[in-house]
Amino acid sequence: MTLDADVIVIGAGIVGSACAHELARAGLDVLVLDDRRGGATAAGMGHLVVMDDNPAELALSRHSLGVWRQWADAMAADCAWHPCGTLWLAANDEEMAAAHDKQERLRAHEVACDLIDAQTLQALEPALRPGLCGALHVPGDSVVYAPNAARWLLAHYPKQIRVQHAEVLEIEGARVRLAGNSWLDAGAVLLANGVHATQLCPELPIRPKKGHLLITDRYPGQVRHQLVELGYVTSAHHSTGPSVAFNLQPRPTGQLLIGSSRQFDDSSPEVDADMLAQMLERALGYMPALADLNAIRCWTGLRAATPDSLPLLGPHPQRPGLWLAVGHEGLGVTTAPASAQLLAAQITGRRAELDPAPYLPQRFGMAA
Amino acid sequence: MNSLPSHVEIQLDGQPQRVPEGVTVAAALYIVGTGITRISVSGERRAAFCGMGICQECRVLINGQRRLACQTLCVEGMAVQTAAMAGA
Repeated sequence: MTLDADVIVIGAGIVGSACAHELARAGLDVLVLDDRRGGATAAGMGHLVVMDDNPAELALSRHSLGVWRQWADAMAADCAWHPCGTLWLAANDEEMAAAHDKQERLRAHEVACDLIDAQTLQALEPALRPGLCGALHVPGDSVVYAPNAARWLLAHYPKQIRVQHAEVLEIEGARVRLAGNSWLDAGAVLLANGVHATQLCPELPIRPKKGHLLITDRYPGQVRHQLVELGYVTSAHHSTGPSVAFNLQPRPTGQLLIGSSRQFDDSSPEVDADMLAQMLERALGYMPALADLNAIRCWTGLRAATPDSLPLLGPHPQRPGLWLAVGHEGLGVTTAPASAQLLAAQITGRRAELDPAPYLPQRFGMAA
Repeated sequence: MNSLPSHVEIQLDGQPQRVPEGVTVAAALYIVGTGITRISVSGERRAAFCGMGICQECRVLINGQRRLACQTLCVEGMAVQTAAMAGA
């Protein structure tokens, strides 16, 4: 039987694209199928951020940031790479203590960061309201325009990576059935279509977590760093009900991208006015001057959340031939490079730089 | 017999212009000139497109505030500045 590819990758978002890129780099012939529904890559902020909620998340994000920095010089200009760093804002003494703990954890893993006091913070970001306690500055974080970064990755190995607009209806072993009922055969199938994965694999423990974003007109120079409240770590990230947290990104154009919200059990694309209002109230609490700026768009997206907030990277425990790179929640853009390295190493039988164990899908059992 | 339609005078990019009372700023831009409102990030000239406050192409400065030209009626003495964000 002739194979249509060594590996069929389903999903041309940032994770699928990074996987295709890494597999091609390893010498494989890759066919990427995407139905152009769009997902978190197009909806999200593109904040490349070291996260440290647990050691596995820290390892994956830290390693990925190193790869992103290697890519930065070669990346196409329209990827809008911007090494703005992150300021984790502490609004009170408790959050300042959390900033201190975070500094210790990051430094223990050689991630450069510095605690800064209220005065220094005010000098760095004068638009923030007075009275904040300080911040943790992580200079190595950055931002990127993820849809173009995905296209840039896919364009690297034109002889080995083919991209096809196609809807996959079924996966059977290492074959896929497309709309129109044609079948494609490969050595392996890699599912990397984020929140849509459960349509092809209902047994995957993935739930949509809805988020809102809003972008302003251009106001260059008003904000220089990505600003995230430390409450993002202490409250929003761990709650089960709807929540909002202040998260603001200066785009290279001078536009300000404002987040964030989290809602389970609502996979509708509509903007929820109450949620948007709460999110903006939260933002105004940190930066009152935002009230005078013009918003030009707001939209929603769905994060593919797993029960332990870590992605599923590795073989499907019950379906030989099928590999998974899904469930990245809000960190898919950040952690796409290390996710791709882990997948490519497992598929080609090589040793990965990171320990794959914490991300293996088999941790959830998953009998269909 | 109806009287002639009344007019208002606005300042458009620093020049006084008489436009019919009751028209939007977007309409005024077309009446007295090219309709150009702003310059895009990629350096292209833009003008009102949807005319109903959705597409955001008609952003201009009105009395110093960024506003949508298609959603703002001309009033006497109003100062309108186009291409306000050029090079921004």
